[in-house]
Amino acid sequence: MVKGITPSQTVGPFFKYGLTPDGKYEWNDAFSNNLVTPDASGERIRVEGRVLDGDDQPVGDCMLEIWQADAQGRFADPQDKRALPNSAFRGFGRCGTDPNGDYAFDTIRPGQVPDPDGKPQAPHLLLAIFARGMLLHNYTRIYFDGEAANAADSVLALVPAERRATLIASRKPGNGSAVYRFDIRLQGDEETVFFDI
Amino acid sequence: MTLAYPIESNAAHPARLSPGYGSTLKRSPQKPLIIMRHTLSELTGPVYGQETVRENDHDLTIQHTAEPLGERIIVHGHVLDEDGRGVPNTLLEIWQANACGRYIHVVDQHPAPLDPNFTGAGRARSDADGYYKFITVKPGAYPWGNHHNAWRPAHIHFSVFGHAFVSRLVTQMYFPGDPLFEFDPIFNSVPDENARMRMVSSFDMDNTQPDWALCYRFNIVLRGRNATPTETK
Repeated sequence: MVKGITPSQTVGPFFKYGLTPDGKYEWNDAFSNNLVTPDASGERIRVEGRVLDGDDQPVGDCMLEIWQADAQGRFADPQDKRALPNSAFRGFGRCGTDPNGDYAFDTIRPGQVPDPDGKPQAPHLLLAIFARGMLLHNYTRIYFDGEAANAADSVLALVPAERRATLIASRKPGNGSAVYRFDIRLQGDEETVFFDI
Repeated sequence: MTLAYPIESNAAHPARLSPGYGSTLKRSPQKPLIIMRHTLSELTGPVYGQETVRENDHDLTIQHTAEPLGERIIVHGHVLDEDGRGVPNTLLEIWQANACGRYIHVVDQHPAPLDPNFTGAGRARSDADGYYKFITVKPGAYPWGNHHNAWRPAHIHFSVFGHAFVSRLVTQMYFPGDPLFEFDPIFNSVPDENARMRMVSSFDMDNTQPDWALCYRFNIVLRGRNATPTETK
């Protein structure tokens, strides 16, 4: 008889050799921070940034995971009944922060996914943040600067206007492929908005 | 089958700010979290990763030229949803200290020996009914800097996915009867005693292998229940 879920515990400071070895330990990576598969259609983008704690110090022992739809707004999961497995794109990535607290994902700009009322959401990535000192991971969303759909997004609309900017990745200037900056502030005046889901 | 993920189930989790665990002070949110309806983004998840599991990844005692030192153990169990259904074909990742309580991670420099025959990382996929099995050595307790004479109870870290991004779980499996439980702020960050005990494995004599290894059972219950429950009255 099941009486409740198993509680969460922190990943602690020592997860790297098991979860994000990145060639530095005798263990292979199950996941990568590069989600781009050769056959994936859509615009290549990079999302990069830094994780900062309540003293504005970089969090160098953090693990980030993203989950996203493909360029057509479909998830690589059979539970998404609209899924058309037309590519090897899977939409899940994992990245450990470096000693400066920096991370980067190379991926595809996601398409629009319907909300529970069938209205299209603005393109977004889901982000889960794990670290020492975090007994339960934090969830947030990464939206993209300059998307007209942001104004009508039903999740962004739940967020107080003065905090909304913490969820919007800023596009870095340049003519090459799109690079977005998304810093994650665990605390402070500009604390990133986290969701209770 | 469509699963729902009631937010009430999260009551089993620790408070993000747990002052007894010092590192939470600067890393836990201070502003209110935003409650939202789950959308397709939250209700789907990476139902893969299990294909990365190689034949012997579940056996942490055969990854090197010789066997690691320490007490060989079997750790097995059932990955379940909240209705008690097995979660098949899901990826489990584990990492742990060696029998001396030392992690291979470069940051762990406490005075205990590394074991050249033990990395401490493993992977498995649950079978068609949700069962998994690892073979490893029992990890040692180890000191940490949280407070004077702080020691972590022996534990194995588990990372599990389940059916959706909201069922994602990272936890720690403990061993029954550990005398360090009452002193450990991470273990005790889970407020409810029943929930806390769900992180403690049980000794499994029935599956202990004669002349070879003790066995521990650790069932893992992930979020997710039938979206349209049948009437029980």
